[in-house]
Amino acid sequence: MSTTTTAVLVLLLPFLGAIAGLLTGRRAPGFARPLAVLPTLAAAVLAVVVAWRQGGGGDAAIDAATRLTPTGSVPIDLALHLDGFAVLLAVLVGTVATCVQLYSTAYLRDDPRYPSYAALVSLFTSAMLLVVYSGDLMVLLVGWEIMGICSYFLVGHYWETEAARAASLKAFLVTKLGDVPFLIGIFALAADAGTFRINGILTTAVSGGIDHPTLVALLLLAGVAGKSAQFPLHTWLPDAMAGPTPVSALIHAATMVAAGVYVVARLLPVFAASTAALVVLAVMAAVTMVGSALAALAQDDIKRVLAYSTVGQLGYMTGALAVGDRGAAVFHLISHGAFKALLFLCAGVIIHAAGTNSLAAMARMSGLAKRIPDAYWTMTAGLLALAAIPPFSGFFSKEAVLGAAEHAAQGNGHGIPAAAGWTVLVAGLVTALLTAGYATRLWLLAFHGKGAEAAGHGREPLAMNGVLWVLFLPTVAFGLAAWKLPAWFDGGSLTPTLTTSVLSTGCALAGVIVMYAAWRKTVVATARAPLGAVAADPEAAPAVSEIEAIATHEQAYGGIAAACDPGDPSRLLLGPLHRHAVSGFHLDAVYAALFVRPVRGAARLAHFLDREVVETYVRGAGAAPGLLGAAVRRAQTGNVQTYLSALLAGSVVLAVAAVLVATGA
Amino acid sequence: MTGTGSGTGIATAVLAANPHAHGFLSPTGVEIAFLLVGIVTLGAAVVSVTTRQLVHAALWLVVALGGLAVEYLLLTAEFIAWVQVLIYVGSVVVLLLFGLMLTKAPIGRSPDADSGNRWAALAVAAAAAASLVWVVVDAFRATWIDLDGAPQGTTEVTGEILFRHWVLPFEALSVLLLAALVGAIVLSRRKNEEH
Amino acid sequence: MHLVYPAVLAALLFCVGLYGVLARRNAILVLMSVELMLNAVNLNLVAFDVWLRDELHAGQALTLFTIAIAAAEIGIGLAIVLLVHRNRGTADIDRLRDLSETAPDAATEPADREQKAEAAA
Repeated sequence: MSTTTTAVLVLLLPFLGAIAGLLTGRRAPGFARPLAVLPTLAAAVLAVVVAWRQGGGGDAAIDAATRLTPTGSVPIDLALHLDGFAVLLAVLVGTVATCVQLYSTAYLRDDPRYPSYAALVSLFTSAMLLVVYSGDLMVLLVGWEIMGICSYFLVGHYWETEAARAASLKAFLVTKLGDVPFLIGIFALAADAGTFRINGILTTAVSGGIDHPTLVALLLLAGVAGKSAQFPLHTWLPDAMAGPTPVSALIHAATMVAAGVYVVARLLPVFAASTAALVVLAVMAAVTMVGSALAALAQDDIKRVLAYSTVGQLGYMTGALAVGDRGAAVFHLISHGAFKALLFLCAGVIIHAAGTNSLAAMARMSGLAKRIPDAYWTMTAGLLALAAIPPFSGFFSKEAVLGAAEHAAQGNGHGIPAAAGWTVLVAGLVTALLTAGYATRLWLLAFHGKGAEAAGHGREPLAMNGVLWVLFLPTVAFGLAAWKLPAWFDGGSLTPTLTTSVLSTGCALAGVIVMYAAWRKTVVATARAPLGAVAADPEAAPAVSEIEAIATHEQAYGGIAAACDPGDPSRLLLGPLHRHAVSGFHLDAVYAALFVRPVRGAARLAHFLDREVVETYVRGAGAAPGLLGAAVRRAQTGNVQTYLSALLAGSVVLAVAAVLVATGA
Repeated sequence: MTGTGSGTGIATAVLAANPHAHGFLSPTGVEIAFLLVGIVTLGAAVVSVTTRQLVHAALWLVVALGGLAVEYLLLTAEFIAWVQVLIYVGSVVVLLLFGLMLTKAPIGRSPDADSGNRWAALAVAAAAAASLVWVVVDAFRATWIDLDGAPQGTTEVTGEILFRHWVLPFEALSVLLLAALVGAIVLSRRKNEEH
Repeated sequence: MHLVYPAVLAALLFCVGLYGVLARRNAILVLMSVELMLNAVNLNLVAFDVWLRDELHAGQALTLFTIAIAAAEIGIGLAIVLLVHRNRGTADIDRLRDLSETAPDAATEPADREQKAEAAA
């Protein structure tokens, strides 16, 4: 089997699994689990084979294309482009998807909609792999949009809860808002390059053949911001946490949100052609990083903390792209994908064990760490990776980003503005501090609560705990790849440099210490203010606890993101900023004022016009013949003589008219 | 009816070429007779459709139909005149009188002989009369009938044309009459007599 | 003879008959008026036949046919009128208003009559 065939199989297996799952899900639910797990597992194995064959940078990228049918203008090819980035990312997608599918078999074990859920996850996996492998922008867009719709369905999986319905619509609309400019940008690129093939576009971009690089880059950036949850289109991601935890792990941490970053990485020469686009990218990354880190500090929902941290880590990746180092960006993308998936899956276990998704409630619960030792240890490793403490993988990948930023800031970047480098470097260091802070807060509140024993429940199933340990491995060890990866990527060094290592590790340690001190100070208040609503269902599937936690969070704590917990250390640290951080700096309110209210006003206007103006015509159109009919009905006296009189009078008139016409009078 | 008075014994061609030889102010005897009988006929018809006594209406109809028979005679259509007298005056009017009796029509003045449609009917009839008369007068102002020569409606002539050229319609008519006869019987038979 | 005389007389007779058809209430009088109209047509046919000196004498032949058809018509018409009178108790045309749109009162009347007829039978 050639490498190309294997790659096609990687794409097709989850797709076929999804189709089979959707077809048989209702009639033969017993097949749902094997149909969900096996194709994804096979795809993951084959993705490793493809990566092995592609061989790590030594060989050139593999390109294969078939043209299905002439389109008349710019041709569309079914093209594969297998380079180091693509094959490694495919391995990540396959691995995480397999882990998530395995985890879901236990997590959603009693869910009646499990077959369709699993099929959608498979379809999603296939679409993401299509985006990764595709060598043609149109084909890439197909995968991109399938991911969007799958995300909509999966976020709304708990559609019985109001939050999930709203979140799925919001996710769909906000990402679509970005996709429209993205589509226009693709057309603009293809019009200039004469092809949708990425290779052709890149050749054109390098030779300066694109007429308006800034405009095109900004259009593409809108789509990327929507998909990768970058400021200002990031607001859907925290709300999307109303979906099942495995979905959050797969889609909203490891893969889909990474698609935007990956597309920028593939099209980096297009962005590099415009200094302005790079500066915009850098500013966007900086605002996203710092803002999301501050928001993550204040969140009460454990999954929303992780969601904001995802936004922030994606900010690092866009920052790396803004300084022109896609190797660093994809390195961080892969390591982050692994440890963030681990963190989310751990969060699922914690929510099940604690019976709540509120950190405030967990802080009043002791012994949680002892009940779920697997989740405790793996999550600790994941948080250390998130906080970029050496020697975990997050440290190395983040160092690669900061190193690239420093490289650019000193003016060594080729065609990269130093301002972009400084912006990313400073924001990255500040964010490192904040990230360490919220990681510590999460760990302390979740595992070191003081108060009553956590509600008892049985051991988590092996499918869930085993997956955690599988993902634990790359979390701990993937950093070593920093010495190996340049051969797969562009060749730039990814190893840590001394200055940034010391600076960022120092920042991270400072964050940890400050947060720990604040926690020691506020933990006293925790005991004094009883708070929390726990929905423990030890016997039911973990998903049940999660649904109940999502459904009751707003009633119990007064907000989807907030809890009025005086024992929260972030309250002490953020001070008056806490209130704004909880609501994501009121961006949703701004959107409501800017878009929602005008649209509602327009809808009311349209409603009014329809009801009062258009309907008047409609009613008139009905009433006028009605009146006419009533008038005609009066003529229907039933008296034959009247009819005959009218008939003959008409005949006389006609005859006279005919005579007059005939005589020409 | 072949003697048509004096002064008009000129050939038809001349008449056609010189219509002014005739005039409204110099009517022939036949014309005067036609006019007088026509006035009587029209008057009888008007009375027949306006009288409030139903039986009188039928009798005035006899006058009108008889007047028409005279007009046929004046137009030299002899056979038709006698047929008119026979069928209309002899049978149709009798039939109508029977009808009036059978439907228990009141004898004497009935105040509601006319329906409420009367004024509309008058308007329609007047308009139709005005337009018809106008058109007819306008069209035939200078047209004359030549009543000289061989009479055109004697029994002999009529019989010849009827049985030479119109045999088939004539026979078809007999079937129609038969159908009407059967229909009239079927309609007027009482249904419960069978049981 | 001037052709206008019979033509105008026929037109006037026709319109008198027309008036009778439209204005008379009793169905038999309406039939009489129809006879007047038919006779007006006959007069026209004869007059024009004489004027044209038609070889086939189509006008006179048609007059005869019309007379025969009029006789048939009066027979059938009277039979219908008698039937209506027998069923409805009246031969007044403006009381035969089953085609009327004002359903409520018109609809109940015939129903009553039918019931009566059934009871009588």
